[in-house]
Parts: sequence; structure tokens; C-alpha cells
Amino acid sequence: MIEIKDLSKEFETADGKVEALKHVNLTIQDGGIYGIIGMSGAGKSTLVRCINMLERPTEGTVLIDGCDMGSLSNAELRKVRREVTMIFQGFNLLMQRTCLKNICFPLELAGMDKAEAKKRALELLDVVGLPDKANAYPAQLSGGQQQRIAIARALATEPKVLLCDEATSALDPKTTHSILELIRDINARLGITVIIITHQMSVVEEICTHVAILDEGQVVEEGAVSTVFSSPKSMAAKRLVFPDGADEIMTETPGERRIRVVFSGAPAAKTPLIARMAMEEQIAASILGASTRSIGDKAYGNMLLGITGDDEMVHRAMTYLRGIEDILVEEVTDHVG
Amino acid sequence: MLDKLFSQEVLEETLWILQNEIPLAVWETIYVTVLATAFAIVLGLPLGVLLTAGEKDGVLPLPKGVMHVLNIFINLLRSVPFLILMIMVVPLTRLIAGTAVGTTASIVPLVIAAFPFVARLVESSLREVNPNIIEMAQSMGASPFQIIVKVLIPESVPSLMSNFTIAITTILGYSAMSGIIGGGGLGKIAINYGYYRYKYLVMLIAVALLIVLVQIFQSLGTRAAVKSDKRLK
Repeated sequence: MIEIKDLSKEFETADGKVEALKHVNLTIQDGGIYGIIGMSGAGKSTLVRCINMLERPTEGTVLIDGCDMGSLSNAELRKVRREVTMIFQGFNLLMQRTCLKNICFPLELAGMDKAEAKKRALELLDVVGLPDKANAYPAQLSGGQQQRIAIARALATEPKVLLCDEATSALDPKTTHSILELIRDINARLGITVIIITHQMSVVEEICTHVAILDEGQVVEEGAVSTVFSSPKSMAAKRLVFPDGADEIMTETPGERRIRVVFSGAPAAKTPLIARMAMEEQIAASILGASTRSIGDKAYGNMLLGITGDDEMVHRAMTYLRGIEDILVEEVTDHVG
Repeated sequence: MLDKLFSQEVLEETLWILQNEIPLAVWETIYVTVLATAFAIVLGLPLGVLLTAGEKDGVLPLPKGVMHVLNIFINLLRSVPFLILMIMVVPLTRLIAGTAVGTTASIVPLVIAAFPFVARLVESSLREVNPNIIEMAQSMGASPFQIIVKVLIPESVPSLMSNFTIAITTILGYSAMSGIIGGGGLGKIAINYGYYRYKYLVMLIAVALLIVLVQIFQSLGTRAAVKSDKRLK
């Protein structure tokens, strides 16, 4: 378990102090895939670097299985870093070493016997699906292949935690998908806790079980992916989940009441509920905005309906909609919902 | 002028010098240049590493004062003209080589002139290493020493090769000057025959041979640098 408690980080810059992280609190359970998402500059990379102390936090603590990372000496920290490894956006392979030697690198650092390290590296090349690239140099590989080698290298020391810092941001969608598949596979097979830093919604949707949304150095929302994405509360979360701004584009029509319908499961999304409501209840609702997406095997989303009518009609509409499985309904009274 | 330069007498004498003195001179030049470069690298490489790694955000930050002294020391040595440095270090040369004159003795001032230069070249090579790769090594639990030995230096081998080639050709040029303090080699031939005894043809031949040597060192160095670079394949 990783516990981040009251973590703050300040940087001294030429223009004065910059608060990259402000009192961040997170608990990351073992064995899951935890996403930390935010716009660029939100502090994601700083946060992940505070976990393995590449950046020393200004305040607060990071506990990994109860061990306070900030209290470790440099030598102790180096040992712990074998158990909390990292992959990067730019792959960061050693360009003058072959793939095999790259995978051996952390084992060499740990002082493992050369022959044994080579054996382990060959096994890992198999795990990441590149058994024929042992003697190739990184420059001869595609981006996706380079990231696979980087993953093999990160797995070499049998870590408990794998930190992924924008690991798919430099890759095309298809390659991203295959790398995420590999990460999911590793998580399932080896039980390694994975922490994914990203600005891409699609990455979190595809593989994360939990997500924290980071905005201007603060965690604004946190929880299971399905919960956070189906009904985002904060502005930052809404910007990420509904980048088109479904809630903000509506214009006010006099006499019109607005109802937000939140889908949190597949059956609801497949039901033609507006049409059914019109037929069964004779209520005509107009769709002011909608944004739905599939997460895993379920569908989630948010729809804003406009109904022109009295209290009784709005009440009837809401009662009708609440009768459908996996739907949340609320009347929207403020401007941004 | 020309018929005097190529008269029968001159040609015969030149031929004699070519046969009897040039082979030794070429050997001496190569010997002095290669040894001086090797010693300059032995001293300059660690110094260059310190200059890069010892910085505030380097892998092995050293106290500001130490870095300051190091930089001043290198700049100081680099600003003394070689001709003067050669004479200034005579006592040291005597201490190390046992004598202040001769071919082997001339290696001492060459090394002293060259190692601060090599340190700067190494510094610039190591600075080219992608800082993200250094961060990767730190994230894998590498110690500062491991980062220097396993990342910084191996990753900059192609750049170091090209820079060492610059160093060896520069040292070759300096070595020609050491004829003044009795150092052997093509420089001595050029000065002794050409400057002191007006034998221009001998001087021209010595210079031509120096050019050939520079060409050889340069193309060998470039080839080694390209061959060692695994990024271009």
C-alpha cells in the first residue's frame, strides 16, 4: 500500500516560489492500476517523482508498505528503488547498449552475477514479446518496441510497484493500446501495483481501476474510475471527462427546466429513453447536451435534458427516469450544473 | 630562387636527411603525441567528469568553493601560451623526467598544456548526455559513481572519440614547438633545418609529413567515433 500524506512540493524559480503540489493525500491499494490524471502543469510528474524521492517533498510523507521514503538514507533509498521502478515518456534507454544489456542494467546496479542477469533479461524479453531483439540497439527499434524494452528493464528487479510517467504519450493510439495491454497483463500476472501518470482520458478509461484527478497541485477528485467518470463533480474533472464542455454550452430558454441524466451502466445507455418517455409519459424533452463514453464493458455519460413545463411535469419526468436501472437523475439549478 | 631550392646539391643533401633523420623524426612525433595524449586523457577525463558531475544539479554535487577553484585552475593553465608554459615548467619536467631536454622530457609540458583542454572537451561531451537518462538511472537505484561509470561515460563515447581526436591533432601541433627545448620530431627538423639553416625544402617536407599525420589521426578518430555510435543505425 502506498500512502501519500499531506504532501507539498515547492520549487524555487527565478520568479519566486512555485507550489507544484499542495497538501496531496492519496492512498493507493496494492495490486491495482491507479491513474493520476491532470492537464499539463497540474503537478502529476512531480507527484510521481515524490513517490520514489527523485524529488524530495517540501512537506508531508510518502509511506510504501509502511516505510517512510523520506526518512531513508541515500543508500537505503537506492535499494528501495529496485522495488519501485519507473518507465518514462521518452523511454530513456541507454542508446549505446543493446536491448539485452539495457535490461541487465538495473541488475548490474544491484550487483547480480552477469550470467544470471543475462538469463533473467532473456526471460523478460520473452515477457514483453521481443525475444529476437536481444542484440539490437534501441535506435533500431520503433517507439513501441523501445517502451517494451523499458518495461522489461523496469521489471528486471522484480518490483512491487511500477510507476508509469506519461509512458504512452509519445506513441500512436494503436501502439498505446498494445502497451496498455502489456501493462494490464503484467499487473494481472505478477500482481505489481501500477501507477499511471497521464493526461489522456483514454488511458485511464482503458486500464485503470482507480483514478485521482490532479488540478493545480491538488487532488480534486479521487475514487473508482466508474464513480469519478460517471458523475464528475469538480470543474477539472468535468473538463477532462467532457472536454467538449457539454454542461457549459447551453443557452437559457425562459420557462425551460433542466435535468441532468447520468448513465452509470450499459443497459441504460442502450435504452432509447427519450423516445420512450415521450411515448409513455407524453413528455417532450430536448437534449441540450450529451457526452457518453464506454469504459471497459460499461457505458457512462452525462446528458442534459430541457423540459418546458410545470413542477408536476418535471417531477413526473424525473420519476420516470429514476425507474430505469443504472441512471441518476437530478435537476440542474445553477448555471454550470 | 627556385633553381637554388632544387639544385643538385640541395636535392642530394635533402635526400640524405630524408633517409637518415626523417624516419626517426616521424617516429618521435608519433611517440610524443600519442603518449602525451594518453596522459592528458588520464588526467583530463576524471577532471572533466568532476566539472560535469560536481555541478549544483549534477550527479555528485561538490561544494561551490571546490568547483570554483577547479574552474580557475583549469582556466589558468589554459591561458598560458604553450611556448611560455614549456619554459615555466622546466623544474617540474626535470623532477618527473630526470632531465629538462630531449624528446621524452618534452612530453611533460605537453601533458600539462593538454590535460586542462581535454578536461574541457570531456566536460562538453558529458553535458550532451540526455538528463532524462540520468534520471532513469537514479530511479533504478544507481549510485553517483555507477551513473558516471555506467551511464555518463559509455553514453558519450562517440562524442568523446571525436573530442579526443581534436585533442590528439592539437597536441601534434604543440609537439612541433617542443623542438625549441630539445624535443625531437618533425618540428625539430623543420625548425633546425628550415629556420636556422635555410633549408626550405627539408622544412616543406617536414610540414608535409605533419599534415599527413594530422590527416591520418583525424580520419582514424572520425572512423572510430562513427563506428562507436549506436544511435545511427
